[in-house]
Amino acid sequence: MLLELDDVGVHYGRIEALKGVSLGVDEGEIVTLIGSNGAGKTTLLKTISGLRPMSSGRISFDGVELAGVPAHRLVSMGISQAPEGRGIFPGMSVMENLEMGAYNRAGGRGAFARNLERVMGLFPRLDERRSQPGGTLSGGEQQMVAIGRALMAEPRVLLLDEPSMGLAPKLVAQIFSIIEEINRQGTTVLLVEQNAAQALRLADRAYVLESGRVVRHAPAAELLDDESVRAAYLGGDVGGSAAEVGDGTGA
Amino acid sequence: MGRASPHPPRFEGITIDACFRCLVDQFGPQTVDGLTLGAIYALVALGYTLVYGVLRLINFAHSEIFMVGVFASLFALHALGIDTGDPTRSGLALVATLVAVMLAAMAASGLTAVAMERVAYRPLRNRGAPRLAALITAIGISLFLQELFAARYKREQLGFPRVLEKRQLFEFAGANIRTDKVLVFVSALVLMVALDRFVNHSRLGRGIRATAQDPETASLMGVDINRVVMLTFMLGGLLAGAAGTLFGVFFETARYNIGFLLGIKAFTAAVLGGIGNIRGAVLGGLSLGLLENWGATVLGGEWKDVFAFTVLVLVLLLRPTGLLGESLGRARA
Repeated sequence: MLLELDDVGVHYGRIEALKGVSLGVDEGEIVTLIGSNGAGKTTLLKTISGLRPMSSGRISFDGVELAGVPAHRLVSMGISQAPEGRGIFPGMSVMENLEMGAYNRAGGRGAFARNLERVMGLFPRLDERRSQPGGTLSGGEQQMVAIGRALMAEPRVLLLDEPSMGLAPKLVAQIFSIIEEINRQGTTVLLVEQNAAQALRLADRAYVLESGRVVRHAPAAELLDDESVRAAYLGGDVGGSAAEVGDGTGA
Repeated sequence: MGRASPHPPRFEGITIDACFRCLVDQFGPQTVDGLTLGAIYALVALGYTLVYGVLRLINFAHSEIFMVGVFASLFALHALGIDTGDPTRSGLALVATLVAVMLAAMAASGLTAVAMERVAYRPLRNRGAPRLAALITAIGISLFLQELFAARYKREQLGFPRVLEKRQLFEFAGANIRTDKVLVFVSALVLMVALDRFVNHSRLGRGIRATAQDPETASLMGVDINRVVMLTFMLGGLLAGAAGTLFGVFFETARYNIGFLLGIKAFTAAVLGGIGNIRGAVLGGLSLGLLENWGATVLGGEWKDVFAFTVLVLVLLLRPTGLLGESLGRARA
């Protein structure tokens, strides 16, 4: 496993936000972690990133123990994140935001130009908006900057925290197809999502998080067809498959 | 401000003789003096604004970082064998002396600022102490440094040897453009432009701005927040040290509490321009310097501070975020 969590527990004061979570992401995979609001998804990513201290368990990346590694060291190790709410620096231009992604990136101008070309290739829209301040971008554009910025570090694994949040369905589809493309180009992806239908269609494997605990772990396709998962996470508006779910009762 | 006057104030029948004629007559000279003083305010104000930008903390001990700069300048002069009454130097020797003195002051103030952060503020931050604790600590450090210098160098004014001959260079709009005023204004301007370029165009400067705007995301990008905080304290210290030298050359005095009033003025300037905003601190400093001098010309010298702070209150009533608002980070209030 490239990224491995073993029995990870996290406390906020007396509240147990994560209860013995074990999870693994293999090189080249897209793994998704689905769960409702407050299940602990963001906490999990923040714990991997070193922003939240673990109270128990182990996290390792490529065999290296991550406990005690400060957040700012992870990028150079190969872990990048597009955080919850996108985390765009509002006073910086699109270019400056992208430059922040390569803050510690060794390899000089050559590597920077190569990564910038990759990002601009994935998100041509950003090329048109290079000098626009991040705070004035639309939600979709901000998400593109957040993902593009994370790619500027040429990560081995990309952590995405709810890239679909607040975006129109058409934009969500676009962002997800770009995530697929990023993975095809060789980047491992851990995708945290509330939009379970989209995430399960994209991912190889999936984990279901409920109240800080992993309650299911299976190939994504299997969960997509699973009755209990459908009832809990795919009910209501899930685009294509919505029609098949027990409809007609209203609600 | 807070200093006991030898004469009790007379309140019965206050008469303020507003002399607008005086301002018209004195406009040129008062503007030049205002800009000179304002440049010093601006340099010190930048230290308040930088630290506030990344930590949301008003480092009230910054005034003592300035005071250390004034004393360091004095000691550097003594070390270079310059004492009161000596003939002033000229030419290359003068430039070399001024540069050496300013570098010494910048180093002393920069180190003081970094040490202050490391010893007093960082431990509080790491333990998640409430903001009030940091504020009280700031006041504590301020008093500690003042009393330290008072104990060592007494509570009186120390003379500052004259390095630069105060000679009139030329006259402009009725104002006497003197060497020392030009030195103060030009040096301050060079330093402020350098800071602005550093913060806006260098990698480390981007790290500072990222931390000010969103510290958690900045650390996800690989920014070491503690190093950024140290860097901002150091930058503020370097500027305050330089301000100390310029203050010494201009006012030719040093005293253990010399930072107190100037620090409050500089803090005021930072708030006036928009705390957290670098260009705001510069604008606020120059505005405050000008307002003070213009106000004093119209109302009389004893009303100088009253006038300046009244203007501050009025500006904040109309624009609570200051003249330029906050831009180093996004406004979170």
